[in-house]
Amino acid sequence: MRLHDFRGGVHPPGQKHLSAEQAIEALPLPPRLYLPLQQHAGGPALPVVTVGQRVGKGELLAQAQGATSAPLHAPTSGTITALGDFTAPHASGLPLPTITLEVDGADRWVERDLSPDPFRLEPGEVAARVGAAGIVGMGGANFPAAVKLDKARQAQVHTLVINGAECEPYVSCDDRLMRERAADIVDGIAIMLYAVQASHALIAIEDNKPEAIQAMRDACSSDARIAVLSLPSRYPAGSAKQLIQWLTGLETPAGGRGTDTGLLVHNVGTAYATHRALRQGQPLISRIVTVSGGAVAEPRNLEAPIGALVADLLAYCGGVSADCARLLMGGPMMGQPLPGIHVPMIKGTNGILALTAAEVGEMHPPSPCIRCGRCVEACPMGLLPVEMANLARREEWTHLQALGLSDCMACGSCAYVCPSRVPLPQYFAFAHGQLAAQRREERKAEQIRLLMDQRQARFARAEQAKAEAAAQRRAAKKQRAIVAVEDDD
Amino acid sequence: MIAAMATLTSLGLLLGLLLSCAARIFRVPGNAQREEIMTLLPGVNCGQCGYPGCGGAADALIAGHASPALCPPGGAALARALANKLGRTLESAADGPPLLAEIDESLCIGCAHCVKRCPTDAIIGASRQIHTVFQEACMGCGLCVEVCPTECLQLRPQTATLATWHWPKPALQGA
Repeated sequence: MRLHDFRGGVHPPGQKHLSAEQAIEALPLPPRLYLPLQQHAGGPALPVVTVGQRVGKGELLAQAQGATSAPLHAPTSGTITALGDFTAPHASGLPLPTITLEVDGADRWVERDLSPDPFRLEPGEVAARVGAAGIVGMGGANFPAAVKLDKARQAQVHTLVINGAECEPYVSCDDRLMRERAADIVDGIAIMLYAVQASHALIAIEDNKPEAIQAMRDACSSDARIAVLSLPSRYPAGSAKQLIQWLTGLETPAGGRGTDTGLLVHNVGTAYATHRALRQGQPLISRIVTVSGGAVAEPRNLEAPIGALVADLLAYCGGVSADCARLLMGGPMMGQPLPGIHVPMIKGTNGILALTAAEVGEMHPPSPCIRCGRCVEACPMGLLPVEMANLARREEWTHLQALGLSDCMACGSCAYVCPSRVPLPQYFAFAHGQLAAQRREERKAEQIRLLMDQRQARFARAEQAKAEAAAQRRAAKKQRAIVAVEDDD
Repeated sequence: MIAAMATLTSLGLLLGLLLSCAARIFRVPGNAQREEIMTLLPGVNCGQCGYPGCGGAADALIAGHASPALCPPGGAALARALANKLGRTLESAADGPPLLAEIDESLCIGCAHCVKRCPTDAIIGASRQIHTVFQEACMGCGLCVEVCPTECLQLRPQTATLATWHWPKPALQGA
């Protein structure tokens, strides 16, 4: 198959050697797990347990709310000790409603629904089971997987793309998963193909992971529908839109979805989770996380229960040295800075990075833009980062939107190449936030206007009813008076 | 000279007649711009702008005495809409987070005065029960603050949640 190309992109040093040779290890169960109700895109999950309740491993803790949402299951057995706010793994350090599970150590399974052969179910039922298992996009987007499967089947997608590119530096969890559990991933892909009713699947892997490519090729040799493709390593090849461009040469329309091009992209971790859910009745309760970075004593790939604290993971990897300059959840390009180590890992956490000052490279403050245009060359979406940052600084929102702010995926390629170290993605994050706030305000103003109109209508109705009642009373009084006069006669 | 005077006089009379006819035929009842601005304004007549109600504010806006950012309940969204409508530029909209009503529950006596006063039905509560403000429906007009006998109602800046928080403007500019 001939590969196409996508524009822009950068070649950051991979740094995969720190953790890529470490086999996946299971994290010993921590004493407590913290499960935020909102770990996915869409509506938060609704708790169905109470404080003090004993739960088994895999038991439903919170159910999905709304069409785009995901349920939450107990990663191990134990007792629910709290339902309340807990610091979210988010740069703001603000809390999210969270279920706290005191682990009892028995790891006792709840009665598992070992479904029959998934290929005997309806395709829609397979997708529904993926949804019921709480599976979300494991590449970090956290979008409920079942919604994507259903939409793709309706859009009659012909090809399922399994994303094993893992283009973020440091992160090696997908690499290890493909090397060690290739057969399970291929089974998950077959189930997904059936759920989408697509004809074939392509597994896309960057060529800096030759062992993973070999393992996947061996595992899918018996299935003619599935092929493995080696991509040249270039960030951000693992972004769904860029991946589609590699494979087909088609550009996803602005504001459109990948399925518009007839392809559906899912992460290898999602395929693996699908295999676990449909074959073993195991909901999404654990995942592989890479703990790496220059400040981590022993970088590792851990299979950790959802809700384990970042502190637990770092402690198992020998702790963090004093020269840690930045703590990130995700990769160094798109990861989120963490407010501290006492935050839980969630379903979309692929990496925990503790980077030293030398790795972060915060040596000098930004200097003025020299208009070299390197950010424009690097932008994989074909935008003008330098112009957009200027507009964001001057807060000219209409103009900024016209330049395609909504197409920016915050990949950070522009900042990576900028010789003046202009905080370009930071400007775009600010602009995104401001515009979202404006939309929220406008929506609220509209709703308030509606409320006021309703209140005024209610008052008018009450007034009218009062007037009518008074008129009736007067009429009745008059009637009585006439009757009395007639009686007197 | 007489010819010139006659021409100019007749021209003046003719044009004057035309103008007076046009003024009668194309007369607009009321001020359309005022109506348009009134539909934008919240219409609760809270008086926080310093003008007598939303009608007064609309007059001042048309006359150009008032800034488009005059209405605290309307917030930044209204300021932008008004500036657009009036073709005016918005001076720095450096207003903080919107102020919304909040009830100190330890002081609330459940008199229900505020419930009746709220123009958007944002206060929930019954007589002799503690009231609370439904912040999604509150626009911070402050009418409730005036009627509260125990001063338990205050306008406070809305606290950020994960749904409303966003990154601030980069402090180090560069660009």
